[in-house]
Amino acid sequence: MTFWTFQILNGVSFGMLLFLLAAGLSLIYGLMRILNLAHGSYYILGAYVALSVVRVTGSLALAAVAGIAAVMALGVVMERVFLRRVPRDELPQALLTFGFLLIVGDVALWVWGGTPQTLPRPEAFSKSVRLGELVFPSYRLFVIAVGAVVGVALWLLQEHTRLGAMLRAAIDDPEIARTTGINVSRLATGVFAFGAGLAALGGIIGGPLLGVYPGADFEILLLAFVVVIIGGLGSLKGAFFGGLLVGLLDNFGKALFPEFALFTIFAPMALILAVRPTGLFGAR
Amino acid sequence: MRAAVALALAAIVLVLIPLALTSYQLGLLTKMLIFALFAMSLNLILGYAGLPSLGHAAYFGMGAYTVGLLALRVTGNFWTNFGAGIVAAAVVAALFGLLALRTHGSYLLMITLALAQVLWGIAFGWRSFTGGDDGLPGIPRPSAGLPLSLADGVRFYYFVLVVTAVATAALWVVVQSPFGRALVGIRESERRMEVLGYDTWRYKYVAFVIAGVLAGVAGNLFVYFNGFVSPAYLSIVFSATALIMVILGGAGTVLGPALGSAVIIFLENVISAYTERWLLVLGSIYVAVTLFAPDGLLGLARRLVARATTQRSQVEERPA
Repeated sequence: MTFWTFQILNGVSFGMLLFLLAAGLSLIYGLMRILNLAHGSYYILGAYVALSVVRVTGSLALAAVAGIAAVMALGVVMERVFLRRVPRDELPQALLTFGFLLIVGDVALWVWGGTPQTLPRPEAFSKSVRLGELVFPSYRLFVIAVGAVVGVALWLLQEHTRLGAMLRAAIDDPEIARTTGINVSRLATGVFAFGAGLAALGGIIGGPLLGVYPGADFEILLLAFVVVIIGGLGSLKGAFFGGLLVGLLDNFGKALFPEFALFTIFAPMALILAVRPTGLFGAR
Repeated sequence: MRAAVALALAAIVLVLIPLALTSYQLGLLTKMLIFALFAMSLNLILGYAGLPSLGHAAYFGMGAYTVGLLALRVTGNFWTNFGAGIVAAAVVAALFGLLALRTHGSYLLMITLALAQVLWGIAFGWRSFTGGDDGLPGIPRPSAGLPLSLADGVRFYYFVLVVTAVATAALWVVVQSPFGRALVGIRESERRMEVLGYDTWRYKYVAFVIAGVLAGVAGNLFVYFNGFVSPAYLSIVFSATALIMVILGGAGTVLGPALGSAVIIFLENVISAYTERWLLVLGSIYVAVTLFAPDGLLGLARRLVARATTQRSQVEERPA
């Protein structure tokens, strides 16, 4: 019994991390039809920058802000300077963003080295909590809470604010949205930066659990892809439930069949693809 | 006619060049040929049928692992191993095609990547069978079952040259055939081809499997070339390398990807000699190609020449 509760909590906390990545991927795709392969770079870059800042200043809050800000700046540059210059077509965009994935990965290896490193946990969440007979690290509960708060905030933002209404209008039909006076271009840059920032947040709160190392960018990107394949590209709901599902599958796969862990994720993905090629909540 | 002469000259050069090269340079050329075949196979679906894939390494790696595992564990016989490698690649392509071709565009990219990653995950995780991250070293060059051992570098080069030439000729025939024309039609407008009565799915599927088989052949050659196979052969980096070779050389031309392969392998070799930051350079190549040469090196050259000639004609016109 405790094994299952423990694994479920682990899976949910990992699922929330994946949600942070998939939400950004999905928002960017929804508005701009860009499949951003550099999303994994944002994850490791956010964690690495935070790591350096925390070593210098000792403040985790400052480190988180710096990590997110640095990655958002990179996102703005990528969107404004590079992605706008290539045709709106999936292949050039994929090649360009893959180039950035390689560049950021190699620069990170250069600057921060090849050994896996972990971010420190906040003091308040460094201990374990006792839930009945179960002893559980409180930091994982913190990660679950962050994911849930971000999820609710995103949903409120999209459904109940003026900005959200503009966003939905621009996703439905950018041309019409533009004629009604919505600055779709600025909105696109904002969404790109915001999505990048969410991935950086994922890297920073995931850093104490999973560590950050060369190759983590590819690993997390792939899992985020599986989430949006299952949930549906462009759907926030899909990112949330897809994230939970993949988080749980990954965790149980690793616990039960360590040699074939990836299989427990990909077999359900293939099944869903066979039934619904655009994912559970995908539009087209 | 000019093309035929150029092709004949290229053939003569490729046949005679081992006389002029060191064994190291010949190895480099062999690698270029193998990746040319890999990139050309991707070009059949990308350049002709308009189907992008980020998982083409799946068939390359599947061929390589099949040959490697059989050669180390079962038999050294070249024919059974090479044949099994091709069959394995074909089976994987036939299976992945069923799933992937239900989708388009960005989904197709993601799904081909995710499917290839399944194989990568197995190769990486199933340590007792595949050697895991360390891969399988010590795979010998083919000799059993053949009249001559191919252990020697020059002989192996000619073997790769013959296989690549045959595969290229086969690709050329496919592309020129009504089937190849239909693929181009699907790339330009799938809807129109459907209206004309083509079963477009079947065309795309057959092209997908042919591309997988040829990628498998390239993988077979590469495992013999390196004597080693590791999960990297199945990785997104290999898949994306084939993509950039196709784009750099020119998608939708039979020999363009071979040019792309030669350029990338050459650069990798030269740059790796000076710095450890090859991936940084490779990433920059991706960015530069998408920004400045989206239609490949030949397209870039054509545009530069066109610009130079129009400028010159403007200069000539001005004094009058």
